[in-house]
Amino acid sequence: MKIAVCLKQVPDTEAEIKWDIPSGTLKRDGMDSITNPFDEFALEEALLTRENYDGEIVAISMGPEKAADVLRNALALTVNAVQQVSDPVFAGSDTYATAYTLAEAIKKIGDVDVVFAGKQSTDGNTGVVSAELAAILGWSQLTYVSKVRQIDAAGKKIVVERAIEGGNEVVEAKLPAVVSVIKGINEPRLPNLMGIRKAAKVEIPKWSAGDLGVDAGKVGAAGSCTKVVEIAVPPPRGAGEILKGEIEDIANTLTDKLIDLKVIK
Amino acid sequence: MANDVWVYIEHKDGAITPMSFELLGIGKTLADGLGSSVCGFVVGEKADDIAKEAFAYGASKVYAVEGAEFKGFRPDAYSKAAHFLLDKYKPGVALFRATSQGTDVAAASAALLGFGLCTDTIGLVVDGGKMKMTRAAFGGNYTVSVVNEKAATQIATVRPKAFAMPEKDASKSGEVVKEAFSVAEADLNTKVLEFIQSATAVNLVEADIIVTGGRGVGNEEGFTLIKELADMLGGAVGASRAAVDSGWIPYEHQVGQTGKTVKPKIYIACGVSGAIQHLAGMRTSDCIVAINKDPDAPIFKAATFGIVGDYKQVVPKLIEKFKGKLGK
Repeated sequence: MKIAVCLKQVPDTEAEIKWDIPSGTLKRDGMDSITNPFDEFALEEALLTRENYDGEIVAISMGPEKAADVLRNALALTVNAVQQVSDPVFAGSDTYATAYTLAEAIKKIGDVDVVFAGKQSTDGNTGVVSAELAAILGWSQLTYVSKVRQIDAAGKKIVVERAIEGGNEVVEAKLPAVVSVIKGINEPRLPNLMGIRKAAKVEIPKWSAGDLGVDAGKVGAAGSCTKVVEIAVPPPRGAGEILKGEIEDIANTLTDKLIDLKVIK
Repeated sequence: MANDVWVYIEHKDGAITPMSFELLGIGKTLADGLGSSVCGFVVGEKADDIAKEAFAYGASKVYAVEGAEFKGFRPDAYSKAAHFLLDKYKPGVALFRATSQGTDVAAASAALLGFGLCTDTIGLVVDGGKMKMTRAAFGGNYTVSVVNEKAATQIATVRPKAFAMPEKDASKSGEVVKEAFSVAEADLNTKVLEFIQSATAVNLVEADIIVTGGRGVGNEEGFTLIKELADMLGGAVGASRAAVDSGWIPYEHQVGQTGKTVKPKIYIACGVSGAIQHLAGMRTSDCIVAINKDPDAPIFKAATFGIVGDYKQVVPKLIEKFKGKLGK
């Protein structure tokens, strides 16, 4: 079985974010970066799938040069191959441009049975790239996956559970499929020191826009449909009221105030 | 009309709730700004009953694709049908609720059209004849406004409860436009085998009232009290990442950057410190109540009402008062 896993480098969730306001892109230089937390679950699911069914894993990351770090981390966790997708023309790509580029990379890798991805990134928060990727490739679109029950590569079939509103939906789908996973599907493992040392020496292969044959008019800030026109810090919530006094009085006041909202039935 | 605002009407196997029609409210406002009409569009086995309800909530027209293959939700079947309708009529705007189904259909049909989209939108305005869409990024620490300059249709998924419900007027009616479109079963990739209803049936995203427990709840048993208050108010139980990672409550309850984004009318945070990752998931709630022992907890900066105290003493008192006042 050939497994691909999409990894994105994101700013550390604790890091201070800096924007390049005119272009609406992120200043990623000098910012602490990590593998998108949701993608760690995708990577772990790829590793578990390989353990259960055999196969090989190719980790892909689209992003600036520095994003090679997330692929080194994947190598340290013993993925079989990595592929960086990086080109200055990709900067500012919206979700469609990103999914289109990733689709070309997956086609170029060839013979992929299943693609794992995280539910969303913690920076852009869009959560739609995996669904767009599936639609562009014409592959099964399996989102919010909380459990992979079975993968039958020979029979071209996968059965998963999707955690949706009110419960879990059990879905059988044809392979190839794009599976985006939620937190809690597994417990991501950590790389060991030997793995990290080995990965540090590997040269990370890179595909440019030209290598993928992508239409330059469809990628990057220039090619994207959606354009960021404004970035703002949300207005702070109005100063709240700290209720003081005896607990009896506080509870009395608060319950009155909440009942007055006419929401509680 | 090319400038019309279309609202995707979500249903589950034909079953609808008033929330299915939520976006017809903001859709009407946008259509007024654009000088056009708000219309619904439906993919399903049968559309007439759904359309009738959509007219009552303000749709002037409903476009529909019907067929046995659209009985239950399947992303590829629904997206192909939605793509067909959007491609044929090219409305100016298409809005979807940012639910699992709405997001699946919006993303895939936009991709089939070759368009980008704006997701989990919390602000929609018409500015210079174009729709401007505002969304939160970086865990709600920033808002980003985008316009779609190239696409024929500006597509957005909208955070549930971000906009007011439209008024219902059962006397209203409209025209249903049915399009012949079908997908062969052999061309479909997915099949739903079964639906396992959650024992606790958490639907945080739709809840009007959420009572959340954080690290300060201390242990699994502490959530019994949280649940008691939530049940009393007809609300749902939320949890911070710390509580979920401690194994006190399943992940489906998690609110925050790596959990769900919610916008209830009342959000009661008990023993939640208010890390930015948690605030990201709930800061747009209408009324936030914070109960925490630590007077310096950041949650108080986001709270409408704050109580400095131990939830173990405060919550039972609140339950007692509510019981008396609500006659329960």
